[in-house]
Amino acid sequence: MKIIYRDKEWELKGRWRVQDAIKEIGLLPQTVLAVRDGKLLTGDVILEEDDEVKLVAVISGG
Amino acid sequence: MKCRKCSRQAVINMRQHKLALCEAHYPEWFVLQVQRAIEKYHMFGPHDRVLVAVSGGKDSLTLWDVLLRLGYQAEGLYIDLGIGREDGEPGGYSTLSREKVERFAAQWPGVRFTVVDLWAEYGETLPEIAGRVQRGRGKPCSVCGLIKRHVMNRIAREGHYTVLATGHNLDDEAATLFGNLLHWQTGYIARQAPVLPASEDGFVRKVKPLCRLYERETAAYALVSGIDYIYDECPYAVGATSLHHKELLNRLEEESPGAKLQFYLGFLRAREAGFFCEQSEMVALHPCTNCGQPTSAPGLCAFCRLWKPKQEPADDRP
Repeated sequence: MKIIYRDKEWELKGRWRVQDAIKEIGLLPQTVLAVRDGKLLTGDVILEEDDEVKLVAVISGG
Repeated sequence: MKCRKCSRQAVINMRQHKLALCEAHYPEWFVLQVQRAIEKYHMFGPHDRVLVAVSGGKDSLTLWDVLLRLGYQAEGLYIDLGIGREDGEPGGYSTLSREKVERFAAQWPGVRFTVVDLWAEYGETLPEIAGRVQRGRGKPCSVCGLIKRHVMNRIAREGHYTVLATGHNLDDEAATLFGNLLHWQTGYIARQAPVLPASEDGFVRKVKPLCRLYERETAAYALVSGIDYIYDECPYAVGATSLHHKELLNRLEEESPGAKLQFYLGFLRAREAGFFCEQSEMVALHPCTNCGQPTSAPGLCAFCRLWKPKQEPADDRP
């Protein structure tokens, strides 16, 4: 599957739970929201090989 | 994961509440939480005129959206700081965030919305001002905070608003508290609260209705509600200490769900019980000799002093 976060992309092989895929690419699940086809996903959702998921950062400010 | 209230697929799981909700029930829950915070801390009522400070980000637009849905008299204030605008030409971060706010406001016909354009009104953008003053040691964040606090209070006073509302969420508050505790800034800790009452000296009442909601939750509300907000971070926020503190707290939250909530709510309970209160000294305020807004030292306020080099010739300086 393809994971998109800011201007970066990752390709992961096989099926992954959303929260495991987020950890795999080095992010904290608490700090992003996962969106597939415009819908928010909870961490337990299984992603398939051909899925494309966009991660939205939730931390802002300074 | 299924929604706690129906059998549909959940869109968010809030581990600190052991609560998962679907895209229909989540916004309902969120709006209710905001209403409860407003009531719990006696922030304002239906007769108050609320000025909502909006930046184009998820928190402030979410706050404005929720207050309008709840039927409050909530009007917007956007401060265009001119970030990314070179030589007075539009473009960049401020232009994009302003467009987001204008687009949001257009969806609520009849709702008043004020824009203060720093460059148009004062002749300089934030990066230009920050580049020529000592404050902040080259980073514009300190000057930015000063300008925003001044302009928000000025517009609230001029427009006879009774309350100024900002979109600070629980992560903002927890990170601020954490930072102040690390340095034992007891004076700042004593002044951190969901409500800062109006002062007779001229400070308007300030409230933070999202202070009990995680940053993740406001982002989820914005996404589920179709609020078009600016995803990009302010270019000057990169490397900010508060972002580092947020990350540390989120690592804690990952291991121990609810840690951020307990940290902040525990502080509020301690504050209510009287801790830190002796640190909250009343400082005598004076009206600024230029703008009339309250300031701790007699003479010009810190905002008006930003412009002093332009107002006074060079030979007046040491």
